[in-house]
Amino acid sequence: MPMDAAMLESLIKTGILDADVHIEDIRGDGEYYVAYVVSRQFSGLTRIQQHQMVYKALEGHLEEAVYGLQLSTSEGQD
Amino acid sequence: MQNEVLDRIRQDITENDVVLYMKGSAAFPQCGFSAAVVQVLESLDVKFTDIDVLSDPSLRQGIKDFANWPSTPQLYVKGEFVGGCDIVREMYAAGELQKLLAEKGLLK
Repeated sequence: MPMDAAMLESLIKTGILDADVHIEDIRGDGEYYVAYVVSRQFSGLTRIQQHQMVYKALEGHLEEAVYGLQLSTSEGQD
Repeated sequence: MQNEVLDRIRQDITENDVVLYMKGSAAFPQCGFSAAVVQVLESLDVKFTDIDVLSDPSLRQGIKDFANWPSTPQLYVKGEFVGGCDIVREMYAAGELQKLLAEKGLLK
């Protein structure tokens, strides 16, 4: 059973302080989410490293959080 | 024991140009995310080695430790971790995956 969107958002924001997080419940059933995460800290990192930062923020909750979670990361624009 | 698994992974991704660690096989994927990556690779007509992590619990955990990545599928090209389903799909949509494979001489 995946975690709820608010929990997901708060964990990511706690792990990546400047993150702008937007969570979408893909089918509206709480099973599949897309998390759009924008952070200046992603600047200069590969996509793999950006996603690893998000996973790190979810540490301890990975089992529930990861399955069915799609990530889309970006460093944002001026 | 754990080292053996990591050694085996290292060997598999060194000896094979394109390796996909997935749930199920390319012919019978057991998970939609794995199936999506298979579909991308097949649409590019890329020859790849599929390895079913469900067939071996130590591998299922080992591949997560190896890449510091919490889930499968995981795609490797010429020994390097490329990404999971999201990244592969994003790269494919942007034409980056095609470029990477072409640079490595893996596109027909």
